[in-house]
Amino acid sequence: MKYVDEFRDGELARGLAAAIARDAEAHRHYRFMEFCGGHTHAISRYGLADLLPDGIRMIHGPGCPVCVLPIGRIDQAIRLAREHRVILATYADTMRVPASQRLTLLRAKALGADVRMVYSTEDALAIARANPHREVVFLAIGFETTTPPTAVAVLHAAEAALGNFSILCNHVLTPAAMHAILDAPQGVAIDGFVGPAHVSTVIGSAPYEPFALDYGKPVVIAGFEPLDLLRAIHLLVRQVNEGRAAVENEFTRAVTRAGNVRAQALVDRVFERRADFEWRGLGTIPASALQLRPEFAHFDAERRFAVAYEPVPDNKACACGEILRGEKRPEECRIFGTACTPENPIGSCMVSSEGACAAHYTYGRLRGAAA
Amino acid sequence: MSAPYARPLDLKHGLVDLTHGSGGRAMAQLIRELFVRELANEYLAQGDDGARLGRATGRLVVATDAHVVSPLFFPGGDIGCLSVNGTINDVAVMGARPLYLAASFVLEEGFPLADLAKIAASMGRASREAGVPVVTGDTKVVERGKADGVFITTTGVGELRDGIDCSGANARPGDVVLLSGPIGAHGMAIMACRENLSFDAPIVSDTAALHGLVDALLRAAPGLHTMRDATRGGVGATLNEIAQQSGVGIEIDEAAIPIPAPVEAACELLGLDPLYVANEGRLLAICPPDLAGDALGALRAHPLGAGATRIGRVIEDPRRFVQMRTRLGGRRIVDWLHGDQLPRIC
Repeated sequence: MKYVDEFRDGELARGLAAAIARDAEAHRHYRFMEFCGGHTHAISRYGLADLLPDGIRMIHGPGCPVCVLPIGRIDQAIRLAREHRVILATYADTMRVPASQRLTLLRAKALGADVRMVYSTEDALAIARANPHREVVFLAIGFETTTPPTAVAVLHAAEAALGNFSILCNHVLTPAAMHAILDAPQGVAIDGFVGPAHVSTVIGSAPYEPFALDYGKPVVIAGFEPLDLLRAIHLLVRQVNEGRAAVENEFTRAVTRAGNVRAQALVDRVFERRADFEWRGLGTIPASALQLRPEFAHFDAERRFAVAYEPVPDNKACACGEILRGEKRPEECRIFGTACTPENPIGSCMVSSEGACAAHYTYGRLRGAAA
Repeated sequence: MSAPYARPLDLKHGLVDLTHGSGGRAMAQLIRELFVRELANEYLAQGDDGARLGRATGRLVVATDAHVVSPLFFPGGDIGCLSVNGTINDVAVMGARPLYLAASFVLEEGFPLADLAKIAASMGRASREAGVPVVTGDTKVVERGKADGVFITTTGVGELRDGIDCSGANARPGDVVLLSGPIGAHGMAIMACRENLSFDAPIVSDTAALHGLVDALLRAAPGLHTMRDATRGGVGATLNEIAQQSGVGIEIDEAAIPIPAPVEAACELLGLDPLYVANEGRLLAICPPDLAGDALGALRAHPLGAGATRIGRVIEDPRRFVQMRTRLGGRRIVDWLHGDQLPRIC
C-alpha cells in the first residue's frame, strides 16, 4: 500500500530502535503514556514493545472511545432501542460494550431491539430518510476525530428538517482527560506523552502546550504507523534526557499547530461543553464532553426521549483508574485475566482491543512469560 | 418422461411461493425442472427419498455445513458453488476422497426463481467440475421474512485413504506449517459487496474445491499430520483450533503470509485484521520437517496452491499460544477472536 508501507519498513524500524537504545540512559526509567487507543493497537499489532530497551515502559492511556464510555451511557442507548423502539444506529465497536443486567447492544439486538451498525453518520441519516415513520437515534461517541462528522450530520438533518433523527451525544475531549490524569491528587507516574494522531489533525498541536509548560511533561504527537511511534518515543527520550518539556510534532504530514480550523468551527457551531461528564475508569471530569447547543436541542435524544442518565458505579475490584494513570500495571489488578477477560470484560480497559488491559492480555502475556 | 405439468416453471419472472414447499405438484415441478435439471446424475434419477450408493471399501468420513452467505451472489462465486466447495473441502482436509453430496434448501417465500435457477446451475457446475455428485436433496419454503433468500446445507461423504491419519490433534513440536496461498479474498469480497466498497480491481472470492490439491499433497507427503481449510475466523482462528486440539504452540512469521494488496487495503480501511478474515479456497497443512520440502513442492505445482508458503512452525507451549513474529521484528499473540471481528471506528 502506497503511503502506508513506507511507515512500516522493518529495516528503518530496527534503525530507529537502535537509536532509541543508544540514547536511552541505562540508569533511567522512562514511563511514556500513549494516550490514544490507535497507538495502543499499533504497539500490540507490530510487537513494538519488543523493539524497546527494558528501561522504557509504555503506559496505555484512556484514548479508546468505547472504553471510557460509562455503563450508564450504554444503558441509555439500550433503553432507547428497547423501550422507545427507536432504530439505534451505532458504530460497530460499541456493540459488545457491557451494560447493566448483563446486556450489550448485541444482546439487545438479539432480544428484538432494532440496532444497526453504520460506518458513518451519513449512513445513519440515510436510515432516517428511508424510515420516515420511525425515530432514528445515532449513538454519537468518540474523541475529537469523530465529532466533526456528527456535527455535519446534525447540520444536514437541520437543513432537511429531518424530524425523526436525533443523537445520543457522548463526544469527549482529549485535553480534558489528560488534565484529569495529570491532576490526580496522588500524582502520576508518567514522564511524557505520545500525543494522538487523528485527534490532533482536528485540534492541532496547540492544545497540548499547557502539558509541557504547566506540568513539565513532554508531548510528541505521532502518527499511527509503527515508524511514527518509534520516532516519537525517540524524541521523548531525548527531551527527558535533556530535561526539556515541549510539544513536538512527529506527524507533520497531517498535523499543524492550529489543526483543522474548519472542522473546529463546525463543531463549535453545533456543540457546547457539558458542565461535567462521567468517564469509565476516570470518574467525573468537569468540562470534558460536549452536548448540542440549545438551538439544536431538538436533535438531542436525551431531551426528546425520557432516558435520564443514571450512573452505574464501576466494579470495586477493578483497577482501571490506577492503570489509566500509570500507577498500576494491568497484571497488578486483582481480577485481570481471571474474572476480567476480553470475553467477559468487567473494567473499561478490557472492553476493546485498544484498551490497556485487553492489549496487555493479548500481547503482554507473551512477553511476561518470555522474560 | 414427459412433464405432467400444464405450464413449465416461469424461470424469468416466477417467485418461490409456499406451494413450492407443500409436497404437492408445485414442489415436484420445482425439483424436477430446476434442481434435477441442473444437478442431474444417476442417483438423483432414482427419484426416491434417499440415494442408494456404491459399496465403500475404506472408512467413511462425513461432514456437513450450512451456508447462509449474504449477498448470495458475489465476485468470484455465489452461495451455490460455495455450498458445494465448502463441504468438499471439509471432507478433503480429513484426508478423504469426497464421493457424494446431499443438499438441503430453505427457501424464502418470494425468492425469484431466476436467482434460484442461477444458484442451482452454479451448484451443478461446481459439482461436475469436482466430480462429486449431489445425490439427494430436500426443499423447504418458509414465509417471507423468516429466512434470507436461500439457505443451503450440504453434507458430504468421503472415503478415507489407507494409511492417512490427518487430524487437528496431530500437530507436534518441530512440525512445519504451510499455507496454500494468499489469504482474505473471500471475506473481503463479501465485505466489499456489503459495504459498497469499490476498488480498481475488485476482490474476487477464492472459493474452490480443494480435493485435487489435497490429493497432490498427500501423494507427496502421506505422513502429513494436519490439514484444515482456513474458513470462518481465517488463518488466525484455524491455527488456534489446531494449537488447542494438539496441545502445542504455533509460531508464525508475518512476512511469510501472502496478503493480496486489495485485501490489505480493504482491511486497513475497515480496521480488520486479514489473519481473521475468511477464506474458501485455502488450507493450512502441518507436517514433519523432513516432508516440508516435498509438501510445499506439491502444493506449488498445483494451480490452487501456486502461492503456497511456509509460514511457521509448531513449538512446545503448554499455554497453547499462537504467536507471530511481526514484520518489524516484534512478537505478538494471535489470539482467539473475541466474538466477531468488528470494524474499529478510528
